[in-house]
Amino acid sequence: MVTLGNYLVVSGLLFTIGFAGVMLRRNIIIIFMSLELMLNAANLSLVAFSRFRVQPDGLPNYHAQVFVFFIVTVAAAEVAVGLAIIVALFRARRTTHVEDINSLKF
Amino acid sequence: MPPFLFWIFSALMLVFGAGVIINRSPIASALSLVLCFVGLSGLFLSLNAYFIGIIQVLVYAGAVMVLFLFIIMLLDLRAEERRQINYVAFAGGIGVAVAFFAQLLHVIGSLGASRRAFPALRTGAIDDVRNIGLLLFGNYNLPFQIIGVLVLVATIGVIILSKRELR
Repeated sequence: MVTLGNYLVVSGLLFTIGFAGVMLRRNIIIIFMSLELMLNAANLSLVAFSRFRVQPDGLPNYHAQVFVFFIVTVAAAEVAVGLAIIVALFRARRTTHVEDINSLKF
Repeated sequence: MPPFLFWIFSALMLVFGAGVIINRSPIASALSLVLCFVGLSGLFLSLNAYFIGIIQVLVYAGAVMVLFLFIIMLLDLRAEERRQINYVAFAGGIGVAVAFFAQLLHVIGSLGASRRAFPALRTGAIDDVRNIGLLLFGNYNLPFQIIGVLVLVATIGVIILSKRELR
């Protein structure tokens, strides 16, 4: 039997993988992919709760799924803008390594 | 959906999710990300969220991945050469991630609902596209239009950012 907790733990593991990627990797594109992993982990737990809160008419709670739709849209816009910024950064500095980009470092 | 499919899709998603951050070559990472999202979309289907599962494959495996691969090609990245790893920072990162996951497990364990199975849905067809559409264009009409403006602003912003000379 698969419980709500199973889905939440899987979603938490995916979030932790993304979190570890943001903290451990130094390549800015990999960091960006890890951000996507974290957004999708949040989506998984939202959909799990949507399926768990069955309404009186026997349907899942669709408000959560509308929220997931918005998150997917914003994430797609974010990827487009972020990758454009990375390309502009690469043109200016010829690197995608975050440790080489330190002009704001105190 | 039979329970073993949950474990198969979860394992697929987590293994390739780990592949994203373990691979040294950005292209291998991007391809792992595709398979990770396919597993995630299987999990959405197992939760009876068919519309979201399809959207996941269309948007991520279709659009976002092509964007990532194009940028990797455009930047001409090779597998990054081994740099000196800062072991203190590495151990610190692993430690914070493990502590975060332990805390998450504690919260999920103390949530009483997390031990219950999912309640049954009604029998018969579940027309979730219709229901999501009704909510989206009814209850969430204003946020939907704001999202439209956001996407327009993102498009214009990307074009301006990609111009060679900023004036």
